[in-house]
Amino acid sequence: MKAFVKHQGLVAPIDLANVDTDMIIPKQFLKAINRSGFGPYLFDEMRYLDQGWYGKPLSERTLNPDFALNRDRYRNASVLLARENFGCGSSREHAPWALDDYGFRVIIAPSYADIFYNNCFKNGLLPIVLDKTAVDQLFVDVEAEEGYALAVDLEAQVITRPNGDTIAFEIDGFRKHCLLEGLDEIGLTLKNAELIRQFETAHSRTYPWLYGAIK
Amino acid sequence: MAGQTLYDKLWDSHLVESRQDGTALLYIDRHIIHEVTSPQAFEGLRLSGRKPWRTDTTVATPDHNVPTNAEERKGGVATIIDDTSRIQVQTLDDNCDEFGIKEFHVNEMGQGVVHVIGPELGVTLPGTTVVCGDSHTATHGAFGCLAHGIGTSEVEHVLATQCLVTSKMKNMLVRVDGQLGPGVTAKDVILAIIGKIGTAGGNGYAIEFGGSTIEALSIEGRMTICNMAIEAGARVGLVGVDQKTIDYIRGSRFAPTGAMWDRAEAYWQTLRTDSDAVFDAVVELDAAAIDPFVSWGTSPEMVAPVNSVVPRPEDSGNPVKQKGYQRALDYMGLQGGMNITDIMIDKVFIGSCTNSRIEDLRAAAAVARGRKKAESVKQVLVVPGSQMVKAQAESEGLDRIFIEAGMEWREPGCSMCLAMNSDVLGRGEHCASTSNRNFEGRQGAGGRTHLMSPAMAVAAAVTGHITDVRKLA
Repeated sequence: MKAFVKHQGLVAPIDLANVDTDMIIPKQFLKAINRSGFGPYLFDEMRYLDQGWYGKPLSERTLNPDFALNRDRYRNASVLLARENFGCGSSREHAPWALDDYGFRVIIAPSYADIFYNNCFKNGLLPIVLDKTAVDQLFVDVEAEEGYALAVDLEAQVITRPNGDTIAFEIDGFRKHCLLEGLDEIGLTLKNAELIRQFETAHSRTYPWLYGAIK
Repeated sequence: MAGQTLYDKLWDSHLVESRQDGTALLYIDRHIIHEVTSPQAFEGLRLSGRKPWRTDTTVATPDHNVPTNAEERKGGVATIIDDTSRIQVQTLDDNCDEFGIKEFHVNEMGQGVVHVIGPELGVTLPGTTVVCGDSHTATHGAFGCLAHGIGTSEVEHVLATQCLVTSKMKNMLVRVDGQLGPGVTAKDVILAIIGKIGTAGGNGYAIEFGGSTIEALSIEGRMTICNMAIEAGARVGLVGVDQKTIDYIRGSRFAPTGAMWDRAEAYWQTLRTDSDAVFDAVVELDAAAIDPFVSWGTSPEMVAPVNSVVPRPEDSGNPVKQKGYQRALDYMGLQGGMNITDIMIDKVFIGSCTNSRIEDLRAAAAVARGRKKAESVKQVLVVPGSQMVKAQAESEGLDRIFIEAGMEWREPGCSMCLAMNSDVLGRGEHCASTSNRNFEGRQGAGGRTHLMSPAMAVAAAVTGHITDVRKLA
């Protein structure tokens, strides 16, 4: 997995609550069998005026000038500022894949849907939770100042504003550790293979009908 | 010491290791795989030279992407017209062959929507942990399982280790008591619940559904309710085991038999929340007060009783919500204050992991019998949830009832619930749909979804507008 230690980048706002995974990456793009290349289709239905499909060349697309990410001042943004319950809906990991492929490294929102939040960490994307007041203020600041960028330090769990003020954030210790080190979670779990086998031995004695039935 | 909730019990019986940092290694008994969220997981296994930890826990089937018209289905994978869809379904077949995973292929008996086939085949058994790369995996909680959706990285993790790294959720009880009125179904109950607690109301919780109303529901009804726990923000929905649960499982393909059945059944009978268990949150609803519900907006919390009006944005209570309501009304082409029953319907979809089981089709057929689709309605799709449901419905003659009513009887799959195949809405079309999500573009770019029960969807199909099924002459 990709590591995340520190990041500084331009902030782009998506000022809408309950942004769902169908908005982040519409279903027609889920037919791909690889993990990369979803960036051009991120927020497809909001970002373009024409209808997109997987593989449609960018040269044939018509940008929606009203969508935040299409505004010049937010070009090359890598920090996404969002509202409540961001990423609700489907478990599709294509959503964080698309955000990552577009170039986002950090998301800041008051809350996330559980599965989306979890999926972000598997892809080196840092979803930060801040209280609503702090997020409201960031929306005001981003709108007010062109080129508004934030610096994020995961080790210290601190966001630094352009004026030097800092905002602390919480994150669970295991996820922080995995992200900082870019750890392979499967490899990590397999270090406990013996423990899993011991569990399985006891479990199969208690619930023998769960073993060998599907073939 | 206070007793345990059912979720606590399931958690404890699958806990491999509890860690200082609050995470845990949880053992997974059952894993269901489909074509859309698995190819990258298998590719990950290949790249790292890993193999599945066990294969007798896992079942695969194509559902999200498969065509539902008989013509395109007749040659199996080979006749799927869309190249990317065909490649994806073929990739599932290839991966299952390579890694030794049991698959129910596109036209094989057993194929169907993952959350329909799991229970009907006895893959899903009470007391198990069940995961699938699909957020509606909560459906299986209707059998007293700990079941939830996972992302593709976790699909790979479960394949390779039979475990998940996760952390424990909080417990919420949603208690529904009393008798549902005539024409009011499990779908109306869950839409009413989501309307009450909102789409983030269950974030971080496992929701147990209880109370006399839930106990009186059929297993199909309980599945409909657990299915949409995720639309209330909860990854997990569950219901305690009773005799109905056990009767549903009995005789299914992968269920135990003989002495092993007796032993399993004795255990399953214990899978209920202790009477002195304490929940972190409790929500109560009165069944008698629930009317048929319909969604008017672009989030599953934007619902209203059928005989009410579309809300006005200014009545929503806060600025962020008001903005969301206005955006939803603009997208849906509706005015605040108009009657819900004045919403005209262009297409109807009966199907999905929420409402495509035999009981749903019987309820739909009961309304369709002897009636005709309204002239103004362009298309009514009836998509059975599985090959087994399809065969059962045909043996009861339900397919004839739909066809005589001017509706289309299709092959099993997810179909217009997420419109990955050619079953899609056109821009601006309103759809009466028995599915679970009414997000913008969900059923087709610019399409407008109205969630409702199967009986209500047929009522809309025969009148051409949203209609209270109880008032149908």
